[in-house]
Parts: sequence; structure tokens; C-alpha cells
Amino acid sequence: MRKVSFPYMGTSYIPFKNLLEAFGNEVVVPPKPTEETISLGTKFAPEFACYPFKIVLGTYVQCLEAGANTLVSSGGVGPCRAGLYTTLQEKILKDLGYEFEMITLEPPGRHFKDLLQSIKKLINAPLTLKDYISITRFVWKQLVLLDKVERLSHKIRPLEIKKGEATRVYKKCVELIASAEKYRDLPEIERECELLYDGIQKRDSDPIKIGIVGEIYVLLEPSSNLEIEEMLGELGVYVERSMFLSQYTIYNAVLDLFHMAGERNVKKTAAPYFKEMCGGHGRESVGNAILFAKRGFDGVIQLSPFTCIPEIVAKSILPKVCKEHGIGFLTISLDEQTGKEGLRTRLEAFVDLLMAKRNQTKSFTVKPQIAKEMA
Amino acid sequence: MKIGIPRALSYYAYYPFFRTFFENLGLEVVVSDETTKEIMDMGIQDTITDACVPIKLFHGHVKNLMNRVDYVFVPRLVSVNREATFCPKFLGLPDMVICSIPKFKNMLEVRIDLKKSRFELFKLCIKLAKQFKKGFFRAYIAYSKACNSLKNYASQFLQGGIPPLGIASQKKSSNVSLAVVGYPYILYDPYLSLDLIKKLISMGVYVVTPEMLAKEEKQKQASKLRKNLFWTFSNEVIRTAYSLFENGSVDGIIHVTAFGCGPDFIVDKLMEIDAKKYKMPFLTVTIDEHTGQEGLNTRLEAFVDMIKIKKAKKEAALA
Repeated sequence: MRKVSFPYMGTSYIPFKNLLEAFGNEVVVPPKPTEETISLGTKFAPEFACYPFKIVLGTYVQCLEAGANTLVSSGGVGPCRAGLYTTLQEKILKDLGYEFEMITLEPPGRHFKDLLQSIKKLINAPLTLKDYISITRFVWKQLVLLDKVERLSHKIRPLEIKKGEATRVYKKCVELIASAEKYRDLPEIERECELLYDGIQKRDSDPIKIGIVGEIYVLLEPSSNLEIEEMLGELGVYVERSMFLSQYTIYNAVLDLFHMAGERNVKKTAAPYFKEMCGGHGRESVGNAILFAKRGFDGVIQLSPFTCIPEIVAKSILPKVCKEHGIGFLTISLDEQTGKEGLRTRLEAFVDLLMAKRNQTKSFTVKPQIAKEMA
Repeated sequence: MKIGIPRALSYYAYYPFFRTFFENLGLEVVVSDETTKEIMDMGIQDTITDACVPIKLFHGHVKNLMNRVDYVFVPRLVSVNREATFCPKFLGLPDMVICSIPKFKNMLEVRIDLKKSRFELFKLCIKLAKQFKKGFFRAYIAYSKACNSLKNYASQFLQGGIPPLGIASQKKSSNVSLAVVGYPYILYDPYLSLDLIKKLISMGVYVVTPEMLAKEEKQKQASKLRKNLFWTFSNEVIRTAYSLFENGSVDGIIHVTAFGCGPDFIVDKLMEIDAKKYKMPFLTVTIDEHTGQEGLNTRLEAFVDMIKIKKAKKEAALA
């Protein structure tokens, strides 16, 4: 029997677990990354490995200890290093004496056959076409719903009167969604989540708006970015993230199959500053920063793992871009050494500056598009 | 008209080509000064802290050139073959440089992407010549001369020399031979690599670098990894290492890498794990803008001494 495990990233483990279980595998659910995970990762990973690599490696060790014998992860075509994670992680873990099979899901555009073979290995139950459709429909809806409740939490958190309520409701919603067993449960859960958010007492104000751009793993996994969205929300800031897993999946798995580029408008926006695709999410970071500026945000924060190459390129370009578009810019490098309190101080200072800037230019505060979206 | 070529990054791998080509087009080529502390400091001033030293140094060399030439040549190296591309920092180099260096206006950005066909380089050269209002014939002659000069450069390496360091040939009789693997822009910049290669040679070591191995030999090792690395220079390094592991023609391998180098965390770890398997002594030297001479000397001396002891023991056991 295959005991499958996979990297932990945000709430993606819920739909992914359901998917693998429906395919007839036993799933070892990866634990949420803790300090132990990170210290395991840093112990076995090379010094300059990017932070996601270390966290994922630590997670693998924990999963293998818990009895997993198959690891599933995504591949890539480069030039970002993430495409080679599994190659190296497999080598490191086997060198440590673990026995398992590593299954890498390559993007379908260039490795279609490979991908099919990998998926075949993971299907261990007799399934009809109808089953496939219903599984996909259920898992997809779950994924979309998870992204939706997270978006809502970003929107409500800066407005809440009782601190911490939005976070509590968000956790409750995730639990609800995770408890769903079939597609038919989900619409009701969706309504319930909306009601829960509606029940939060809100104040009427126009919060500072910050867009977050950067590398996908540190954006999506709160334990790797020290819960920056929660921290900002509690400072009274509306946070919008440039990336969610459902949209990422469409661009990189579905559109890639037809050799179509996703996020075309983002890439086009970035083009005057960033002419070449350079892997990872470097160009998307620049493009999204400009889009945030155009929509009237007050500032942009870039999250990147320390030594992340595409983000270093973006980081060199972003200060100029943000200056030209009159928007505040803060870059944060994350690794196992980053401390929460230091980060909080920097964020507070950044938000204070944005507030001061807003007061100074009061006559220009009518920022139509985002104000309309928030209402 | 003066074209400036920064003495950094791709310079060390391809400069005979660039230089011959531009010279034969009738342009004056100015190469930036050899790396000094001033150039390094100038580069550090304008770059973000996380960038690796070679990138910082490139910025320094551009600043060294920008006020004394008409154009500074900044290549955007996308690919030189079908199987791999370059580090993202190479792909975004012109964008980085133009955003980081204030008042830099005279950039000659050239996108080099040769994966489509064999004639891509020729087409690129013709296009470039047109930009300088030079005719087809002149461009063709310049192109073929440039190709020859690159071939000549490569063959000098194969004969055991290291032309960028001014080493014509090495004595094969030295009893210890070591491979120094790493990217050309680190190995062949004496300031950046703290003259590591010459130091080893003066200790009586025969040095082998990735460029000194024949192409076919490296290509043979391509199947060793289930998935090719994405980066051209990294493939060179890892294949050199595998080839040397296999034929055992060197006594040890020194990997020279820059602090925070992206691709190298994978390259270095793969080599480290496999060196253990082949029982090949392996040393990683990490270099940044603060690396001190003495620390490196001690490590190199210790490594060479250990290899000598190991060799002596082996010979004694055989006798």
C-alpha cells in the first residue's frame, strides 16, 4: 500500500489529501511546519538552500518518520531552483538512509508523458470517468472555497472591532471546509462561512492598503512568512496577496497544457522594466506591484526567501518601479533566522510612514478603483 | 566609436568572441580595468545586499566603463544550446543594471538566445552589425573571425593552459593534481578568487578546471542526473566533477562558489554527496566580498597537505 505524503503549503493539504485518498492511497498528512520542522530542514539542507527548500525537507523527514513511503511534489522547467528541489531532496534523504519513492509532477507543457506516468502511479483504485469528474469537481471547489475564505479574512481583519475575531472565524471556516465529504456539502458551507464573516462587528474606516508580492511558497505558507498577513491586519491594514493557489493551478497546470501563458496582463505590465522571463515569480512580482499601484494601493511588500534568484532580480528593479508609481515599498528576506518581533517593528514603521504620506497628500486620497472594490 | 566590455560574468567565457567581432566591425573595444578593490566597492554601492559577488562586481565594471565609452555592452544571456539556460540573474542582468546604476544611459543590450537553430548566432551578429551601420560582408567576416578566436581560446584550455590568467601551460610532472571547479567568472578573476589557482600552482599542484576537459567527455556524463540542471555553467561544473570522479585522474576537487549563489546550493550538495561515494576528497570554498587571503591560504595548504599524506600512505602500502 502506498503511504503518500507531500509538502505542506498553506491550506492546500485539505484538497490534496482528499484527492489522493479518492485515488485509493493512504495519506500521511504533513504536519504544519513548526520550529522542529525548520531545524530538521536546516540541519540536512545545504547552507544556501532557499527557505522553502529547508521547510519542505524538514516536512519530508517528519512524514517519512511517520511512515510515509511515497513523496509527491511539483517539478518545474527552471531556471528557478524549485524545479530541481525533488532531485536534490531525494538524494539527501536517501543519503540519510530513508527508503521511499519520490514522484515529481512536472508541468504538462513540456513533460506531458512524464506527468501522466507519475499520476498513474498515484491511482490505486478502480475509477470510472464519472468518478474522476466528481472527484475533480469536489477538490477544485474546495480549493476555490479555501482561497475565498482567506481573501475574506484579509478584507475583514483590518475592520474588526474585537481583535483576533477574523482570525478565529477564518480558522473555523477552514475546519468547516475540511470537514466536507462530498461536493453537495460545499454550497451550504460556503453560505455558512459568509454568515460567520458577516457576524463580525466592523468599524467604518478606510484602511491603509498594502499589496503583497513575491515567491509563491513564502506567500502561501503563513509559518514561513511569520503570519505577516495576520500581523498587518491587526495593525489595521488591508492586505491583498498577488497569488492564490487556485489561480496558480490554472495558470501552471491547465493553461500550460495548451502552451498558453497565464497572467498575461501581469507580464505585459512588467515588460517595460522586466523584459525576460527569468523563472520563479520575479516578473510577476514586478507586474503585480505596478497593478497594485494603478489600483491605488498605498504600498507594496515583497516577500522573498533569502538567496531566491528571481526575487533578487525583481528586488533590484522594484525600488525604481515603486518610486515611479508613487507607492511605498518594503522588501523582506525570509529565512530561519528572521525574527517575528524585528519584522513587526519594520512593519509598524512602514505602515506609519504610509499613513503619514496619506495625510500629507490628503487631496489625492480619492483612490477610486480600490475604494469601490472595498465597499 | 568605442564599445566597452565589462570584465565580469560572461566575459571570462566568451570574450574572445565579443572582442574579435567588434574589432573586426571597425569599432574600438575597451575592456574595463582588472578588478580592484575600488571597482568592487563601486559595485557594492549600487546593488542590493542579497545579490552574489559576481553580480555586484559586474555593476562595478559597468561603472568603471560608462563614462569613457559610447556604449557599454551588457549581454542578456538566455541560452547557448538547447538543453539549458542561464542563472536568472544573467537573464535579468540588463534590467537589474539599468535600474540599479543611477544615470546609466549608454547600455548596449544584446539578447543572446541560440536555442532555436545553429544560425541564430549568425543572425544575431548581422543584426548587431546593422545597428552600427555595417554591411553584410563585413559582418560575415567579423563573425567567422570571432568564431575562430573562440575556438582558439577553447583549445588553449584543452592544452593545459589557462589563458585568462596568463598561464600558457603547466608541468604535468607535479605529483598532486587537483580539479578546481566553479564558474569561469569566479575562477578566472584573480581578485575575486583570491588568486586561488595560481596559489595552488605555486604549491606545486597541477590544476584542472572545467574548461580543460573535452566537450565530449562532459557530455557523456549528462545521463548521470535524472534531470539536467537548468543552467549551462552549472551543467559544465557538475559534469566535470562526475567525469573526474569516474576516471580518478585527479586527487581531489575544490569547488569555488560565491556566497549566496543560487544554482550552487544544488550543484555543491550533489557533488558533496557523490564525492563521498567515490571517496574523492572534496573542499568547498565560498567567496564573498569580505573573504580574507589568510583564511583561504590555511585551508588550501591543509587540503593539499592532507592529500599528500594520503598519497604517501597509499604508496607505502603498495611498496
